Amino acid sequence: MSAVMIKLIFIVVVFGVSLFVAMYSTYAERKIAAFLQDRLGPNRAGPFGILQPFADGIKLFFKEEFIPLKADRWLFLMGPGFFMITALMTSAVIPFGADFIHDGKTIALQATDINVGLLYIFGVVSLGVYGILIGGWASNNKFSLLGAIRAASQNISYELAMGMSIVALVMMTSTLSLREIVDQQAGWHWNVFYQPLGFLIFIICAFAETNRAPFDLPECETELVGGYHTEFSSMKLGFYLFAEYINMFISSAVLATLFFGGYQFPWVSSMDPGLTKTILSVVVMFGKIFFFIFLFMWVRWTLPRFRYDQLMNLGWKILIPLAVVNIVLTGAVILYKMM
Amino acid sequence: MRTNKEYIADFHNPDMPDIPYSTLNLGPTHPATHGIFQNVLKMDGERIVDAEQTVGYIHRAFEKIAERRPLYQITPLTDRLNYCSAPINNTGWHLAVEKLLGIQVPKRVDYMRVMIMELARISDHLICNSILGVDTGALTGFTYVYQYREKIYEIYEEICGARLTTNMGRIGGFERDFSPKVFELTKKFLVEFPKIWREFESLLSRNRIFMDRTIDTGPISVERALNYGFTGPNLRATGIDYDIRTADPYCSYEEFKFDIPVGTTGDTYDRFVVRNEEIWQSLSLVEQAIRKIEACEPGIYHADEDHYYLPPKKEVYRNMEALIYHFKIIMGEIEVPAGEVYRAVEGANGELGFYLVSDGGRSPYRLHFRRPCFIYYQAFPEMIRGQLLSDAIVVMSSLNVIAGELDA
Repeated sequence: MSAVMIKLIFIVVVFGVSLFVAMYSTYAERKIAAFLQDRLGPNRAGPFGILQPFADGIKLFFKEEFIPLKADRWLFLMGPGFFMITALMTSAVIPFGADFIHDGKTIALQATDINVGLLYIFGVVSLGVYGILIGGWASNNKFSLLGAIRAASQNISYELAMGMSIVALVMMTSTLSLREIVDQQAGWHWNVFYQPLGFLIFIICAFAETNRAPFDLPECETELVGGYHTEFSSMKLGFYLFAEYINMFISSAVLATLFFGGYQFPWVSSMDPGLTKTILSVVVMFGKIFFFIFLFMWVRWTLPRFRYDQLMNLGWKILIPLAVVNIVLTGAVILYKMM
Repeated sequence: MRTNKEYIADFHNPDMPDIPYSTLNLGPTHPATHGIFQNVLKMDGERIVDAEQTVGYIHRAFEKIAERRPLYQITPLTDRLNYCSAPINNTGWHLAVEKLLGIQVPKRVDYMRVMIMELARISDHLICNSILGVDTGALTGFTYVYQYREKIYEIYEEICGARLTTNMGRIGGFERDFSPKVFELTKKFLVEFPKIWREFESLLSRNRIFMDRTIDTGPISVERALNYGFTGPNLRATGIDYDIRTADPYCSYEEFKFDIPVGTTGDTYDRFVVRNEEIWQSLSLVEQAIRKIEACEPGIYHADEDHYYLPPKKEVYRNMEALIYHFKIIMGEIEVPAGEVYRAVEGANGELGFYLVSDGGRSPYRLHFRRPCFIYYQAFPEMIRGQLLSDAIVVMSSLNVIAGELDA
């Protein structure tokens, strides 16, 4: 099999896995919410309700396709698709496991290892807000528009702090390639121990970037009805909801990769390369991802939501200065070590 | 960011250039209005410049309907005022009628009424405060405590067979005695609920985000609140300890020991805290009421009034007098003395008054419900002016405007 074929197969696998994880995140969210709220959660479709995501998907496909009369038809159709595409694109640079060496051939469990992987993720993630903005604006609904505006301003504000928290990390790792960042964290050398403040800023921003509570202002149902997706129905609504879960999956993967050693685990990373190591590393990676997905859900079902001005205050007046302090601190430490 | 005060000052400044504002219809069908009422908001981005409220979406003309009904048939109308605490409305109406008719009810009935009214107050405040949590974005607290409203409903069900619109009690007492199951369920509730409620309080009342969202949100000064005619928890949050249970005691409230919590600033957080504390007071009142009921002679559950109280079925079949009264009461042919009374009770939301004018017929000449929600809703635009859209939602939910009571 040629290397290209393997890559293509791998891309399809990653694509499928992201979709599958996102699908089951919806189920997990409902089950976890039920657990936290002392309820049962979905339990009708299949044993323990495990077929619920399929039932939801089928339902969404069969729902009436409704486009408001005064909506901008093309943009209205484009919004959800755009949001979905950008959400799916980010998984391309994430290393999901250790290299698999077979017959002298190395198969990397990463779609592509570009040397600006980190920048690529940021670029694509910030494109995602266009999907929301376009969809919200095109629906010609004030609630949608408010949601879209909130989403845009929120993403811009928090991307700054997020980027600056990464600057400190990059100063330490001196690379933007995700693979190299993971390799540097072998054993217990996880970045979270060296960059605790950076991690804190990053995770808060990750919550804001994925529009999850307590930063779910763009779609908060008690104020804006449904926010940017108020007017959307059938699978277009499904795309928005679904892409949010994909974003959550990717954010968890990025968090694991950047700060928690990715697929590295002390005992696993010292193993000889081979099938066992690869499988174990993938298990470790997904364990970390699932932990973060759970954290996202746990927070959502515990905390109230911020108000718009408080959100901006937190972003601009607290997180960005903190990120600057973090950069200065990191720089000082690096300088001290060099001397 | 500019403060609300600066913003309002700008708005009233004639020298400011005209900014094109946008109009946002918050309601009549909006997930946050918890009922059908409309707010037309004039918005500058997220900022509310002005607001105008519309009432009457579910106006059912109860006051007019009441003019054609015999007194006992008006009780179900009162259920539908503040449907979160129907037993208080029922009892308030019965008290008004008893005042007109001059009926003395036995002590045991008073205590029974206190018991159900305080349970109703708990269920009302429980809904209000947990929905406030929902409106700030924390759904979990709501679903977690909601099952305890269910337990209160089970108690109602045991007393009268209904859950939401209870139609509980009769003029002069109750239709039947509380079964032992009622006391059993209530005692169980008194043991289980405080633990859950403490958990709920610890989830929200010291939560940084929740405090930021509610402190200084929708404040109202003492003067403005009094001018509008605020009562109940919303007035007490501004710092005035006006409570009808002590100001004009009914149902032997003067024999009970309880505190009246007051706030200081009248903002959303104060309203939340006042309601929380009232739940604790109500729990103690229910406990005291049970103790008092148990100390009374058992089996007394209504006043001895043949004219207004249905005779037992056994009597109806054997005794001509009883048959006549039964017929007359059911057909609503009992003449009421002419007169004019006002009786208010401390509803879960505030002073719920019944102004009853009778010209001696079978039904009231005029009946007016003093509905606290109607009054709070008048102050709503003033309270949210200059604040953000999110604040409007939170303020509305903390005022506990119930559509049924608002429109009557």
